[in-house]
Amino acid sequence: MSTHDEHGHDHHEGSYLTPRGGFLSTVWAWMTTVDHKKLGVMYLAAILTLFFVGGVAALAVRTELYSPNREVTREITRDDGSKETVTEITGQLFNAGTVISKPVIDSEGRALATDGKPLEEEIVGPDGTVTRRTRPDAKPLVEKERVYTLASGNQTYNRLMTLHGAIMVFMVIVPSIPASLGNFFLPIMIGAKDVAFPRLNLLSWWIYVAGSIFAVVSVIAGGVDTGWTFYTPYSTMTDADHWRVVFMIAGAFILGFSSILTGLNFIVTVHKLRAPGMGWFDMPLFVWALYATAIIQVLATPVIGITLLLLIFERLFHVGIFDPRMGGDPVLFQHFFWFYSHPVVYVMIIPGMGIASELIGVHAHKKLFGYRSMAYAVLGIAAVSFIVWGHHMFTAQGELAAAVFSAVTFLVAIPTAVKMFNWIGTLYKGSIQLNTPMLYALSFLFLFAIGGLTGLPLATLSTDMHLHDSYFVVAHFHYVMMGGTIIAFIGGIHHWWPKMFGRMYNEKVGILGCLLVFVGFNVTFFTQFFLGTRGMPRRYASYVDEFQLLHQISTIGSYILAIGMLVHLLNFVYSLFNGPKAPPNPWGGLTLEWTTESPPIEHNFHHEPLVTHGPYDFDDVVPPHRSPEEFPLPEKPADAH
Amino acid sequence: MSAISTHSATETTAKTPRWARTRHAHHFRSHEEEFDACKLGMWLFLTTEVLLFAGIFVAYAIFRAKYPEAFSKGSHHLDWRWGGLNTVILLISSFTIAYSIRNAQTNNQVWLRRNLLITLICGGLFLAIKFIFEYGPKWAEGKRPGNLFLYPGAENPHEPIWWSIYYSATGIHASHVVIGMALIFWLYIRSLKGTYGPKHYTGVEVVGLYWHLVDLIWIFLFPLLYLIH
Ligand code: HEM
Ligand SMILES: [Cu+2]
Repeated sequence: MSTHDEHGHDHHEGSYLTPRGGFLSTVWAWMTTVDHKKLGVMYLAAILTLFFVGGVAALAVRTELYSPNREVTREITRDDGSKETVTEITGQLFNAGTVISKPVIDSEGRALATDGKPLEEEIVGPDGTVTRRTRPDAKPLVEKERVYTLASGNQTYNRLMTLHGAIMVFMVIVPSIPASLGNFFLPIMIGAKDVAFPRLNLLSWWIYVAGSIFAVVSVIAGGVDTGWTFYTPYSTMTDADHWRVVFMIAGAFILGFSSILTGLNFIVTVHKLRAPGMGWFDMPLFVWALYATAIIQVLATPVIGITLLLLIFERLFHVGIFDPRMGGDPVLFQHFFWFYSHPVVYVMIIPGMGIASELIGVHAHKKLFGYRSMAYAVLGIAAVSFIVWGHHMFTAQGELAAAVFSAVTFLVAIPTAVKMFNWIGTLYKGSIQLNTPMLYALSFLFLFAIGGLTGLPLATLSTDMHLHDSYFVVAHFHYVMMGGTIIAFIGGIHHWWPKMFGRMYNEKVGILGCLLVFVGFNVTFFTQFFLGTRGMPRRYASYVDEFQLLHQISTIGSYILAIGMLVHLLNFVYSLFNGPKAPPNPWGGLTLEWTTESPPIEHNFHHEPLVTHGPYDFDDVVPPHRSPEEFPLPEKPADAH
Repeated sequence: MSAISTHSATETTAKTPRWARTRHAHHFRSHEEEFDACKLGMWLFLTTEVLLFAGIFVAYAIFRAKYPEAFSKGSHHLDWRWGGLNTVILLISSFTIAYSIRNAQTNNQVWLRRNLLITLICGGLFLAIKFIFEYGPKWAEGKRPGNLFLYPGAENPHEPIWWSIYYSATGIHASHVVIGMALIFWLYIRSLKGTYGPKHYTGVEVVGLYWHLVDLIWIFLFPLLYLIH
């Protein structure tokens, strides 16, 4: 009956991780695999690596901000009693300097030419007058020197900050959950053997690699200082960065293709490959979330594609579309950019919401409250996300437009609140396991609530005039992106780790890591709300002395956060090699991935599964591979039908 | 599974044409499911293409509204006859690729190949006209985008913007024509081996959809750039 029979596989085919052949052929097999699980694992490794790189840049930024940068001129007394004034730069930790060219002068004070002779020659006129002129064909000899000034240090800061933002947004958060956990679990959760287009999936992975290489080359060559938003006219005018800007933008453009193809693949997979018996409203909420995300990816990413393409044209050929000197419009770039980038913040958060639903359902072992409203809410958020982009430009548009954008922005709060209350409703009277995934789910609820609620003062015109481009915005989006998406992501990795790698991680160490991350995160970013309301603008390498204490607290928080992350990393590495073997269903989940082996076999299921119950019917079904003694079903009242 | 056993029953002798030997990928339940999935995938992809060009059209609309004078002057420099000829060529090619799908369905291998080839030639003609008779002379006269603009006879200071929009829009479209031609060439090579036939024409069908879109975008570009003054 099973398709494996026709394909000649026996029923005991090995786990997808079993190497076939020697080392090189195994590597080759991974590089060319079309297996969604291996691709998911490769994405996971790449994303976590880039997360590490972006994190190091963030620590560098925070360390730089520990003290304000000053140029101090003071008088020093030498040993011999003479006095001298010196100028020093304080508070600057990173200063890559700038290269200046200065003419080479010989002992007589004459500028030299490239042939070693003086650049100028003297001509004695017929009347005996001597005139000096530059010798024809002679080129001035210059020597390059690297100077370290206040400005060059600030420039280094700008590059580190851009590096952090661009990596974290385009290479980490946007692909994070869908490309790694989504690739691995979406097909399994709907009972399919693979995504609809496995080869396209492989292509999308290699496009991701290519895009990242472009960006990394740009960074290694010195980086760009435009900020992750590439606002014009700055991004088209910073000539010091010339081609590196083009490389960075091209990288983002290429990464967009990867995003589109993954989204397209997921939509078709969900439409066509659901197992028999699985209707739309029998899908796990993680699948719903990935579906809504994929729709946004497919509809919004092309717009950033054309925007970045026009930006590259602008940069290379100065076509003038965004250049006011030629009649172009730099604010048009912002409109184009945010038409994509606002929807894309929901590409970031919706998969996190999906994970939160899974974690809360499984680890509270309770039927999810308001399942249908959860599914409609993500679709609602996806829909509204397309009409609110103007809230990033309240200061650069007409009053009527600003008022309309402000009003529609508030609409987002409605489906978001529906989800919040449903999660809390699910926790109520659930049998909550306080393990790492659940602690992460709780952190998610707490942090995302703060992030979402602080969006409202930003969406309010009168308050945003004060808060715009301040640290308040920085804190807001870190609460939603890091406190929401990344926290859910780490929780999801813990939740599915036993399934992906067949090993358990150490629970105590996981909990320790989670607590450090939670505390570190809040210390880092809650202070930034205060900084913002007190007027600290974002993206500056220095500040007035009054802000120093808050900045120092924030920096120390970021170190705690980093230690928490390292604890998780060690825990995972240890588990990979020494962790106890994971059972098929360690948490007692009901969705299809828990029916497979840990790790799953190459074709996921021995037989095509038939779905007979909902994903969260904990009141009616004993979890697969578990016994009723471990998970007793509630007593039904005698008159139940 | 029943759908699969029908395929296993197919004779796989050397005489069976390639298309009749093709099996659906192992993760689909049936050939129909695979066909539907591929079509849905292509429609989604076309949506992304439409949105990509939507960006260009929006830029066009904004700058046209801002500088109607420059756009009117600029479009007078385009010769509607070349644009019109290219429109006809693309329409013919759309017809031939649609017909090649029909040929695959009726197992008319000869005309399947011919129609693919004609489509390919039409694509080549389109590009040739675009580059030899339009881009080439205009570039030489200095009618170039943005900063590169050198044309001495400009009557409006914002004409460079018009040319930026013109080159961006038609250039991105032309790159789509190139991609489409590469795909059709790939179809043609495979059709030589008898890959496509009744029930097994997914490739021709989805590339055909793509080519229609390339055509359709030109149908919008042509009047906007050449006809409206
Ligand atoms: C829940 C409702 C939300 C509301 C009402 C909201 C509102 C806003 C507003 C009005 C701004 C512009 C502030 C300014 O620049 O003056 C903003 C910025 C931002 N928001 Fe949100 N937001 C919400 C959720 C989210 C989520 C879920 C994410 C991402 C996962 C997010 C990511 C961002 C980012 C990245 C920025 C700043 C972008 C930049 O300028 O670099 N927001 N938000
Ligand atoms: Cu937004």
